[in-house]
Amino acid sequence: MRALKGVSFDLQAGEVHALLGENGAGKSTLIKVITGAHQPDGGSIEINGERITQLTPASAHKLGIACIYQQPALFPDLTVAENIGLRLEPASAIRKVDWPARRTRAGELLKRIGAEISPDAEVRLLSMPEQQLVEIACAIGAGARIVIMDEPTASLTQKEQHLLFAVVKDLRASGVGVIYISHRLEEIFQLADRVTVLRDGESVGTNKVSEMNEASLIKLMVGREVSAIYPPSESEAGEVVLALKNLSCAAGGVRDVTLEVRSGEILGLAGLVGAGRTELARVLFGITPADSGEILLNDQRVRISSPQEAVAHGIAYVPEDRRRHGVILEVPIAHNMTMAIHRRIFSGAWLRFGAEKQLALDFIRDLGVKAYGPDAPGGSLSGGNQQKVSLARWLATKPKLLILDEPTQGVDVGAKSEIHKIIRRLAKEGLAVLMISSDLPEVLGMSDRIAVMRGGTIAGMLPGKSDAHTVMAAALGQTEGVK
Amino acid sequence: MKRHFRELSVAAALALVLVGLAIVAPAFFQPQPLLSLLTREAPTLVVACGMALIIIAREIDISVGSQFAVCSVAAGLLAAKGWPLPLVFVSSITLGCVMGALNGWLIAGLRLPSIVVTLATMVTLRQGLNMVRQGEFVNLPDGVQWFGMSQVAGQWTLVAAALVLLVLMAFATRHLAAGRFVYAVGTDAEASRLAGIRPQLVTFAVFVLIGALTGLAAMMNIVQSPQVQPASGAGLELKVIAAVVVGGVAISGGRGNLWGVFAGLLLLACVSPALTHLRIEAYWEKAIQGAIILLAVVTDGLRSRKQNK
Repeated sequence: MRALKGVSFDLQAGEVHALLGENGAGKSTLIKVITGAHQPDGGSIEINGERITQLTPASAHKLGIACIYQQPALFPDLTVAENIGLRLEPASAIRKVDWPARRTRAGELLKRIGAEISPDAEVRLLSMPEQQLVEIACAIGAGARIVIMDEPTASLTQKEQHLLFAVVKDLRASGVGVIYISHRLEEIFQLADRVTVLRDGESVGTNKVSEMNEASLIKLMVGREVSAIYPPSESEAGEVVLALKNLSCAAGGVRDVTLEVRSGEILGLAGLVGAGRTELARVLFGITPADSGEILLNDQRVRISSPQEAVAHGIAYVPEDRRRHGVILEVPIAHNMTMAIHRRIFSGAWLRFGAEKQLALDFIRDLGVKAYGPDAPGGSLSGGNQQKVSLARWLATKPKLLILDEPTQGVDVGAKSEIHKIIRRLAKEGLAVLMISSDLPEVLGMSDRIAVMRGGTIAGMLPGKSDAHTVMAAALGQTEGVK
Repeated sequence: MKRHFRELSVAAALALVLVGLAIVAPAFFQPQPLLSLLTREAPTLVVACGMALIIIAREIDISVGSQFAVCSVAAGLLAAKGWPLPLVFVSSITLGCVMGALNGWLIAGLRLPSIVVTLATMVTLRQGLNMVRQGEFVNLPDGVQWFGMSQVAGQWTLVAAALVLLVLMAFATRHLAAGRFVYAVGTDAEASRLAGIRPQLVTFAVFVLIGALTGLAAMMNIVQSPQVQPASGAGLELKVIAAVVVGGVAISGGRGNLWGVFAGLLLLACVSPALTHLRIEAYWEKAIQGAIILLAVVTDGLRSRKQNK
């Protein structure tokens, strides 16, 4: 799989150029190429008409390319002035630090962008937007000609956004080229001069913003047919297994979620990165317990405040990052599969290797895990097979509700369709499945119903056969046409 | 075979040393000095079993030496008061549990880093003991040394006890669910938590366990002499951690077993008598032990780097 294929992109001085695309469309990769973090396999980069052969992070910095990430990369225990100094002063270790000059310069830079931040403040005490402003001050101080902003408003309040927009407009007025990445269409119409849409690693066009409207942009972003490779739905929705009423969790960023999942149903949970989908799953699994609202399981009101309780209530959660939170790579797959059911299969304290091996063999056959046996360490399996092991661990708990978080992320095509078939079969057997996925065709192809999340809450409920356009519109907050 | 490569290579190194000694210095295998050597190492082995679990759980406990001294002196005083020996054993083990529970509560309950917590308890316990006892020796009544038996019988008892404990613990870590939890938590605490294991409880339990084992080891030590030295157990933590690391337990947690630790301990323990028999100056002992540790760590590092490629 290539992350980028033949993308052409140009940025003029004094313009704001928006970069738009679904999750995984290649925006981050393009940024990494521009900042020198990744080397392109082909094509060329020119800056001010000069062809750049080898772009590294250091040479990008010298050429005046600065990137402001969502999560500012500052040193939290140093002051603002020290952070700015570290970026802008010469990088030799043995030199005298001119403290007053460092402070004065930091103050001037902050003033220029209209930020009311003291140069002596410690960075860890600053809010996220303030930290972003410090990053911008660094970029200006370095004389950046190209400033890249990756979803800068994701964590900002309305007021802070306006401040940031003013800074961006100032930058444009002073002849800086700004590459602006955002999922919020309204910002693009407010700020950007031109917009480039990426889809599946390819550029599908650069247009003047004035010539576009929201519908045409969404069409460009989605613009593909859902292929018929997904197995057809064979199950019928039964009674309600899980019902959520006004569920909120401030720590997890989930607010006021009302939702129902029925047995035999696959409910797809769509939304953009950061919309609160994983956070909702973590609330349901008791990792960050809810602070208000109701969770009803089979019409019984329950409180879930730890993963153990969630498992006891028949909830299983196959987490997103299987390498970090799923399969333990050093441990045989048989142990991985029985990890969540020790109390059930080993009555008493002693392990029974026979029962464990039998269970592992059953799952290996059932799910088609390709491994040399139950003793194979998790790390020796391919991504798709690891995902099956992770799934087996949770199916072993005999859940009523199965939450899948990005079940086919980083899995090759063959294993992907096998996993899809397994999910279908589980639904047919009467399991209620809540499937989080950033892969839009997967959501459309697999779901019986689709819940779209945005800003920590459900932005729309759509029927299973919805088109990509409607789902994307709901995820971007364009509510027209959403029931 | 491949999974236990690390343990087998330590065992092979040990076998090589023993064969070498059999050829060059057959006197090493005289029964009585060998029995004495094993008896001296018996308490270390008991503590090493606990330390192995601590390190597998991705923690460390450097306060075992101080815990050992506190238990030794307390047990000695109780014995001197005329308490029956079994009761003294129980008291020493209980005292160890209490100190382990304190460490465990600070580390698992308050989520403080174990290296700092046990550094603090190491210093505090040792200095507290010095202050209270002013460096006084405790004279033990008759009937305590070698359990009132002959020296040889006492020595055999201690060695046998340590070996039985080793077998039991090795069996338990493999066949008890609790043992597997320790590995799971040491490899990936977050994944374990998601799988319904309580990592904090596991951490607390291994610290209580090493406390209990240290209490037992202290008893196994004081029955070897007519007096309790207040400075006993000094440097024990280093000796034990060295044996665990040489025995193939990964310092990053989640890997290793007690048989490897046993082989590692014997390998390090052979150095000193081997030098004596080879008529090499004793100054070399620490240097050679250091080299063995370094060799173990370097090979582990190289191997894991190769695997990650």
